[in-house]
Amino acid sequence: MTDVPINKRADPNDIRDRGLSETPEERASYLRAGHTLRSWFLTTDHKRIALLYLVSVTFFFFVGGIAAALIRIDLLTPEGDLLSNEGYNRAFTLHGVIMVWFFLIPSIPNTFGNFLIPLMIGAKDLAFPRLNLLSWYIYVIGGLCTLFVLVAGGVDTGWTFYTPLSSMFAHGQVVMAATAVFIVGFSSILTGLNFIVTIHKLRCPGMTWGRLPLFVWSHYATSLILVLATPVLSITLALIAAERLFGVGVFDPKLGGDPLLYQHLFWFYSHPAVYIMVLPGLGVVSELVTAAARKRVFGYWFVAGSSLAIAAVGFLVWGHHMFVAGQSMYASAVFSFLSLVVAVPSAVKVYNWTATLYKGQIAIDPPFLFAASFIGLFVFGGLTGLVLAMLAVDMHVHDTYFVIAHFHYIMVGGTVSAYFGALHFWWPKMFGRTYPMVWGRIMALLIYLGFNLTFFPQFILGYLGMPRRYHVYPPEWQVWNVLSSTGASILGIAYLLPFVYLLWSLRYGPPASANPWGAAGLEWTVPSPPPKENFVETPVVDYPAYNYPMEMEEGARG
Amino acid sequence: MEQARKRLATVWLALLALLALTVAGSFTVTGAASAVVSFGVAAAKVALIFWFFMQLRTEKGLIRVFAVGAIAWLAILLTLVTIDKVTR
Repeated sequence: MTDVPINKRADPNDIRDRGLSETPEERASYLRAGHTLRSWFLTTDHKRIALLYLVSVTFFFFVGGIAAALIRIDLLTPEGDLLSNEGYNRAFTLHGVIMVWFFLIPSIPNTFGNFLIPLMIGAKDLAFPRLNLLSWYIYVIGGLCTLFVLVAGGVDTGWTFYTPLSSMFAHGQVVMAATAVFIVGFSSILTGLNFIVTIHKLRCPGMTWGRLPLFVWSHYATSLILVLATPVLSITLALIAAERLFGVGVFDPKLGGDPLLYQHLFWFYSHPAVYIMVLPGLGVVSELVTAAARKRVFGYWFVAGSSLAIAAVGFLVWGHHMFVAGQSMYASAVFSFLSLVVAVPSAVKVYNWTATLYKGQIAIDPPFLFAASFIGLFVFGGLTGLVLAMLAVDMHVHDTYFVIAHFHYIMVGGTVSAYFGALHFWWPKMFGRTYPMVWGRIMALLIYLGFNLTFFPQFILGYLGMPRRYHVYPPEWQVWNVLSSTGASILGIAYLLPFVYLLWSLRYGPPASANPWGAAGLEWTVPSPPPKENFVETPVVDYPAYNYPMEMEEGARG
Repeated sequence: MEQARKRLATVWLALLALLALTVAGSFTVTGAASAVVSFGVAAAKVALIFWFFMQLRTEKGLIRVFAVGAIAWLAILLTLVTIDKVTR
């Protein structure tokens, strides 16, 4: 990043000199376009709505994080001496519900997608700005319902709400929790719909499909899943409520229902939802890798197409969650094969990123460190996913900590790394200030180390047979659990760090230029922070995506 | 305008008739035939709603592709669940 000379104190003798407390770009930006609460809470500006989401998802990230901390503290000892059995069940259920629906799913799309898609395609806003605001309000209502569940005694079914536990046996706030998830689903659907229409209809002149940034492609793929899968979850949760409240026989065998049907319907949504969580992260990493290498992305169409392929094939693999649940072995064999197939487009991306970095002039800045962490952890999480897709091995490790470690490598190692990578990459664009690079680098390294220390031992625990959702375990497993909890403390500290240096940068950070990373892309052509209407004149694109200068090797020059 | 209203009313009445058929079918037809009847009637209802209420008759190209996409995804759900159910 090009450093701006630090000259932040205003000249006390010159009343017009505001020092660095407000730059001319800031004065003209969306951040200063209205100072009232009303101008924030009734805004239809996609950038402001993105910030509303940024604050809300950060809040829920820490609520979910507190639940995780309770779990890890309880697991320090083989006895369940911090939480009661019920308390432990409630802690991991709320951890899952909050992290999945109130952090991971909205995290990258609703903050960075909202902020960046119009800027990246040369539009003034999303196609339906008021729908965008409505989507945030629906999210908040869903979130309040979840907080109500939290204070009203919690819910103990696990985030998956499996029947017949959720429909017949659980005593917690099942219906209220399901209602919260039902409500927040509509927020997802509206956001997905908004992105699809925006990407189809609001691209500026010259911004053809082949010139779209890969971030936009991955959000397009994500939006398709949001729109196609989320209604199935909503219907499924409504069916649970119907069975629990009115005794309609859908999942209860005594009433003529089929318990496995619940798992089919739930995972028809929830497996694609894994891709809702990770696809935006894949898009972020494509941007970070090309910007760090200062090179055109290798195999543009393969990376773009692999997003769509992941979205489509991701819908065909849900049965791998039910290999030991009584699903027919023929169906299991089909799902096992299809689960292996989804690894192909994921691997395409990793190969292309690596090829993009090859001979690039890589800057070891925080965004690149997050992207590199993502790639490593995503590969590890993905490969262990292949292990789990094998029918015989899954018999051994199903519902153990092996599964927990696997999906945390994808969702936390992958998505959360990408989220922080995006935050560090676009922070100067969003707020017009740069932060101390060294702190960003330290945070990226701490997250990588803390993450691996937390979750790698869980692979071993799972392989040794420690089941998930238990807080009492044989003493010989304590060492792995202590390692894991130690890693979690490092991770916790690392997650708190940005609160210090990013918030510090808002006031004291040197102002960022329009393009502090020297990156390609329309969002870097507007001032930092961008003006309210994004572009003073509608941009015209007559160059390819990632238009970095081509460099020839010495011997190749003509 | 008048014609459009009449058309909507006719479609609505057709939907009500199909609903009556579903209810009647559930009492009179049993076994595998029952599923055929109820799914057949449901498909007819969906077609009417797609074509008239969702105005796909006046839309073209991409919008129709998206509508067919929704049906295709429903087909994926039903097919793969059925594979499990019939071979369990």
